[in-house]
Amino acid sequence: MRAPVYGLLAEFDTPSEILAATRRAYAEGYRKMDAYTPFPVHHLPEALGMRKSAVPLVTLIGGILGGLTAYVLQYWVHVIAYPINIAGRPLHSWPSFIIVTFEMTVLFAGIAAFAGSLALNGLPMPNHPIFNSETFAQATRDKFFLCIEATDPRFDMVETERFLQALNPRAVTEVPN
Amino acid sequence: MPERSITEQMQEAHGRPPVLLPGHTYATVTDKISAVVLSRRTPLGWYIGFLMSAGLVGVLTLAIAYLMYRGVGIWGINVPVAWGFAIINFVWWVGIGHAGTFISAILLLVKQSWRNSINRFAEAMTLFAVMCAGMFPLLHMGRPWLFYWMFPYPNTMSMWPNFRSPLVWDVFAVSTYFTISLLFWYLGLIPDLACLRDRAVNKWAKRIYAGLSFGWRNSARHWKRYESAYLLLAGLATPLVLSVHTVVSFDFAVAMLPGWHTTIFPPYFVAGAIFSGFAMVLILAIPIRKIYALDDMITMRHLDNAAKVMLATGLIVAYGYIMEVFFAWYGPNQYEKYMMWNRMNGPYAPVYWGLILCNVLIPQLLWLRRIRYSPKWLFVISLDVLLGMWLERVVIVVTSLHRDFLPSAWGMYIPTRWDWATFLGTLGFFAAGMFLFMRLVPAIPIFEMRELVHKSSEEVAVK
Repeated sequence: MRAPVYGLLAEFDTPSEILAATRRAYAEGYRKMDAYTPFPVHHLPEALGMRKSAVPLVTLIGGILGGLTAYVLQYWVHVIAYPINIAGRPLHSWPSFIIVTFEMTVLFAGIAAFAGSLALNGLPMPNHPIFNSETFAQATRDKFFLCIEATDPRFDMVETERFLQALNPRAVTEVPN
Repeated sequence: MPERSITEQMQEAHGRPPVLLPGHTYATVTDKISAVVLSRRTPLGWYIGFLMSAGLVGVLTLAIAYLMYRGVGIWGINVPVAWGFAIINFVWWVGIGHAGTFISAILLLVKQSWRNSINRFAEAMTLFAVMCAGMFPLLHMGRPWLFYWMFPYPNTMSMWPNFRSPLVWDVFAVSTYFTISLLFWYLGLIPDLACLRDRAVNKWAKRIYAGLSFGWRNSARHWKRYESAYLLLAGLATPLVLSVHTVVSFDFAVAMLPGWHTTIFPPYFVAGAIFSGFAMVLILAIPIRKIYALDDMITMRHLDNAAKVMLATGLIVAYGYIMEVFFAWYGPNQYEKYMMWNRMNGPYAPVYWGLILCNVLIPQLLWLRRIRYSPKWLFVISLDVLLGMWLERVVIVVTSLHRDFLPSAWGMYIPTRWDWATFLGTLGFFAAGMFLFMRLVPAIPIFEMRELVHKSSEEVAVK
């Protein structure tokens, strides 16, 4: 059984307003909330309590895997599976393996960064309750939104709305679930 | 909140034309750029241009179909010049792509905010240029349907690619380059596709953009991971700017052939790539800003900066030409000396001197501020640079090959009509791709422009 309301949405005009509002809400004890902005606003993820992004780690792992795959593959091909003796030169001719190793490192790391960031963001997700809000489309234009979700233990229709109104937003609306 | 007066003050403070003309707010940049795709009437020029380039794509299809039927004998290639147009055009097209990556990756890392309004279409330019480039080696193989033999996969022949060969390095370099460019471009597009989804009125347009945007919802947490991934991809694409054309130059430099076997090739190829790439950026930017009245976002500052990059890389290329001559003169190799003499005085001498004129002499006009601030002049010089770089590839490929070590093995290379049809066809393919891109997705990154509006207002506040 889902709650009838996903959360309360407060609308702001500027990045500094949304940042101040988010900090106040965090200090008030709200945790299940998210901010939606037309472009990345600095310090806002931290104000929401987000610590570190795991994307760099995922990318690093991707890169290491790519490099190892490429080098091991080339070694296996030229030394074990299909050795070709060219005028007695060493089969393990590592300098000529560097380029493909480099390219595959970049390729795997890039795919890991792209797919990893999407996966960590839970995307693709074509639908989300936040889209039920009438005004939310302005988040991709010029409005900044703070949504306190109904699943937050401190959430209360009346109290939370009063709190949000005190932050001096342009409007506070309910987001139907 | 950005006000008209603030951005105007900014222009006064900087003295130079700003990267964004005054009067813009978050809402106006969003509406103006998305309107090009969603609501503004498609200019008549678009239809004419698209039809013309689609016609050339038809020519390309015909040329490829006949090639499949008859084989590479329809081209002018033969021993000793077995490479011909296919490799000339491959190298030329890959080079053009480089400016896109240079703008989107390197200029992002060194925080050049002027890149923001031109990076999207420069990246699209990279994608289409690399597609055109990729066609040539594939068609040159003779049996393109066996292209997958180039990749290492277990097969019934028990054969593996030779990883010591520059031609195999090239397969990996170009396919990695294309993939990373595509991912980088698409990642940048996601928030803007979401913006189009929210602005679109047409039901199908809304659904398509919603699907393509993966349900992006501008969450602050998502932005953090997004920015992190974007920056990492920029970092990963940066070495590619240098490595792709380096690997392409290895196709030549690793071979034991006078005119190819030289250590100057990697840096000189990379500089040439960026040189021709910026020329293509200007050729695209100048009409785009005119036709779509985007001259408040693609300002004279962008054109000026692009012209300066062209001038600098052009000088590096000129240094490369001088060094080639110097090596031949100073070195002990008589074949190298003869090759250089043949370039300057042999049957292809007009091509060599044409290249010197187009790539070394004419670009010196860019020293003049008056020229750099005149879109008409810049357009003409950019065309000249593209021609010059193409001639350079002709000189490198053809003049090095056509006079073999023994005079009995000498030959001439004359492109046939099918060579020309394939080349013109790829020009049409490139143009058609760019026309579709302009029509279907925002050509200027919208969210980065909002950020630019924000940063401009902050800069003024600090002053």
